[in-house]
Amino acid sequence: MLNKIWGFLIILGICIAAFNGRIGDVSTAVIDSSREAVSLGITMLGVMSLWTGLMNIAKKAGIIDSLTRGMGPVLRFLFPDIPKGHKANEYIASNMISNMLGLGWAATPAGLKAMKELKELNNQSSIASTDMCTFLIVNISSLQLIPVNIIAYRTQYGSVSPAGIIGMGLIATAVSTLCGVIFSVAARKFAKMRKKASCGKKDEK
Amino acid sequence: MNFLYYLSDGIIPFVFIIIAGYGLLNKINIFDVFIEGAADGFKTVYKILPTLIGLMVMVGILRVSGSLDYLASLMKPVSRVTGFPSELLPLVAVKMFSSSAAVGLLIDIYKQMGPDSYLGTLASVIMSCSETIFYTMSIYFVTVKVTKTRYTLIGALFATAAGIAAAMAVV
Repeated sequence: MLNKIWGFLIILGICIAAFNGRIGDVSTAVIDSSREAVSLGITMLGVMSLWTGLMNIAKKAGIIDSLTRGMGPVLRFLFPDIPKGHKANEYIASNMISNMLGLGWAATPAGLKAMKELKELNNQSSIASTDMCTFLIVNISSLQLIPVNIIAYRTQYGSVSPAGIIGMGLIATAVSTLCGVIFSVAARKFAKMRKKASCGKKDEK
Repeated sequence: MNFLYYLSDGIIPFVFIIIAGYGLLNKINIFDVFIEGAADGFKTVYKILPTLIGLMVMVGILRVSGSLDYLASLMKPVSRVTGFPSELLPLVAVKMFSSSAAVGLLIDIYKQMGPDSYLGTLASVIMSCSETIFYTMSIYFVTVKVTKTRYTLIGALFATAAGIAAAMAVV
């Protein structure tokens, strides 16, 4: 999809530039933008490597593992139907912790494994289970502690205080995750109520 | 809001102390381990850089052509109703599909207004509290061949909207 959009937008942009009599600026913009992307990449190399280096220490020192284990109560609250000790718990926890620490590339593999386990728990149905909905909503609401990339971009464009947004970002990300959690818990209750109503006397656990 | 600035200033040094201290206590060769991890960061940037070049060139063309200004003025009615600045609407919309494309637009905002301006700050906070909804959902659901996603999208949109509202309130 991105292929078509990219091509379409470039052609559209050039046509509009021609229409506005700015076709001469396009060449400059193209060269400048590509050069700029590389210098941004160099800034990012520094910040990202610093972060992944630190996180590697955290991983080897067992900090990430203990954080993951500490997620137990949170998981039981969000996913009451997953059996205790099931592998899905472990994958979901490790996905959430990686997301929080801004380790996107570590989060996705764990997240996909979690989805596979959840599908098995859901009898391989092609309809999303309540757990899957909760997992993805919470995942997408992305509780991120330190937005490393954004700090790198801000540094590159001369911010006086690149890290100055961390506090505000924390509030916003906490609100969005909290709302995602409230929504998921409410939706789970609602789904259960409907199931009970449709089953009549049968009490679903 | 002073507390937020202290928090912003303090959190990175805090993370350093915790991680380095914990590593030393566990008798890890922290510098070696750091270097090994930092090499992974190189690989990550190396992998996304070509994407970034492609998308930033695209945004560059759209910027000089004046298309982004048209888009912002098209979105004026939406911003009048919601109070959300029309300049940032394309960013929010694009962020739902592609993170790197959103970065292209974010950089454009930094260049036009500066990263510390109201719009630059708001854009930074929004980018740090939102996720690529459609992209993430498609990767996760397609991988396990789930076709009926029930209320996932509504929930994700709701959470994202709440985050954006919170961002507007704190910036």
